[in-house]
Amino acid sequence: MTALLQVEGLSVHYGGIEAVTGLDLEVRQGERVTLIGANGAGKSSTLKALAGLVVPSAGSIRYDGVDLRTVPAWQRVGRGLSLVPEGRGVFSRLSVEENLLMGAYHRNGATGLYEELERVYGLFTRLHERRHQAAGTLSGGEQQMLAIGRALMAAPRLLMLDEPSMGLAPLMVERIFEVIRNIAEAGVTLLLVEQNARLALEICDRAYVMESGRIVLTDSAARCLDNPLVRSAYLG
Amino acid sequence: MLLGAAAVLLLVLPFVTDAALGHGWVRILDFALLYVLLALGLNIVVGYAGLLDLGYVAFFAVGAYCYALLASPHFDLHWPLWALLPAGALLAASFGVLLGTPTLGLRGDYLAIVTLGFGEIIRIFLNNLNTPVNITNGPQGVSLIDPLRIGPWSLGQVHHLGGLEIPIVVNIYFLFLVGVLLAIVLSRRLEHSRIGRAWAAIREDEVAAASMGLHTRNLKLLAFAMGASFGGLSGGLFAGFQGFVSPESFTLQESVMILCMVVLGGMGNIAGVVLGAVLLSVLPEALRAAGGLQQDLLGRVWVDPSNLRLLLFGLALVLMMLLRPEGLLPARARQRELHG
Repeated sequence: MTALLQVEGLSVHYGGIEAVTGLDLEVRQGERVTLIGANGAGKSSTLKALAGLVVPSAGSIRYDGVDLRTVPAWQRVGRGLSLVPEGRGVFSRLSVEENLLMGAYHRNGATGLYEELERVYGLFTRLHERRHQAAGTLSGGEQQMLAIGRALMAAPRLLMLDEPSMGLAPLMVERIFEVIRNIAEAGVTLLLVEQNARLALEICDRAYVMESGRIVLTDSAARCLDNPLVRSAYLG
Repeated sequence: MLLGAAAVLLLVLPFVTDAALGHGWVRILDFALLYVLLALGLNIVVGYAGLLDLGYVAFFAVGAYCYALLASPHFDLHWPLWALLPAGALLAASFGVLLGTPTLGLRGDYLAIVTLGFGEIIRIFLNNLNTPVNITNGPQGVSLIDPLRIGPWSLGQVHHLGGLEIPIVVNIYFLFLVGVLLAIVLSRRLEHSRIGRAWAAIREDEVAAASMGLHTRNLKLLAFAMGASFGGLSGGLFAGFQGFVSPESFTLQESVMILCMVVLGGMGNIAGVVLGAVLLSVLPEALRAAGGLQQDLLGRVWVDPSNLRLLLFGLALVLMMLLRPEGLLPARARQRELHG
């Protein structure tokens, strides 16, 4: 398998604070990779750098054979690199359908937009029922579905999810992960950032463990589940 | 049916007003329309894109001076209207981009402060660009500006249509009305377009919008430029109507007034913005009558009408913010925000 995403020596600074230090990471085509770690370990900053929302202070990001340093954020989505931002970030005063259409913003006038919309509605029937409702009136779980559906509208090859379980009831978390698993099985490569390490490890192939800006461990997800260090620190 | 009634009303209104209240009141209507045009322009920036602009009058000034300098004895240039108005709008739009490029990284209050400064800078430039080369004629302003003229028709003189006499202010009314109607159509199209949705997305969550692949900076610049071009257009109309412009007309007070129209009427909603602009431009004029009324009823003028205007204006704003913070006719989306 070839690497779809190859990150080498990535560093992210916010002023004098270093959030990510010399991070190496690889995601192969069709793989499901998770990045786990405690609060403030630098997981979200890593994803933001990959999406182009923050400018890394050092390192290289190669995606699909292209150096992303020369590709601005608004062009990365068009190349199939999609981020579901932390805290969902739905446009609360736009309707559900308008939110979804925003996800396909860069595909202006593209054919198949409505098929895509139908596909997302097929995945999340709840969104279809509420398609004319303002997104802000949805429940937390529904908003997360909307955020994921919106990212799918961009027809991504690599879907990056930032804490999809955050602030959701356990039952809803399970449903969201069910959906994520389905998306991956449909052939979308996955990079999942999670604090709920157990769930993430259960649906992913490989894992990176992050601590204060650095990768401290990388292994197959199954072995991480058995690793005593991971168990004591993240699985409780 | 309703639309037809509205059309007839708008058509008859200036003649009835003229007959009943005289030229002065039609002139007030003309200015109300001009303010509607300005408020619709600012609405694109503030209501749609969510960028607080406190220096909007600068674009009005740019459009007005563009017209004044290209159609007056000052440089002995006399461009035709069809070239003047687009030139003013374009020049204002490029000033919008000029202001936006370095400042749109700022948000909220900080952006507001910078735009406020920009508005003042433009006014002070206009005030002082009479030396070493006399461009703007300084505080004296530019006078003897060519009246608005459509082909052979000068709107600066009285016309007769059949037996009907059409005074100057009524000519102007219809020209401004056309401008306002065009602006309304354009605003509506923008609001419901892909760009309109993108502005709404940026207004709500800029990070999420950026991660959807929106070029947020360019979209904000576009909002600035579009809003500014409305301002430039109104400026041209203003200059041609008044026949005289000077820096005094473009103070911070004006910017604040236009912003109040947008906020009071209902940010982001065209009908609200139109209502806000009409109310805030007509009501203060109506209050002028309060002086005479006091004289008649109480025997003397207790409160000077001009003080009364400001007092009532302040009171109206406070009451509005308490009772209807989303404006008189709010956009559906804004109402959702404030009343969940």
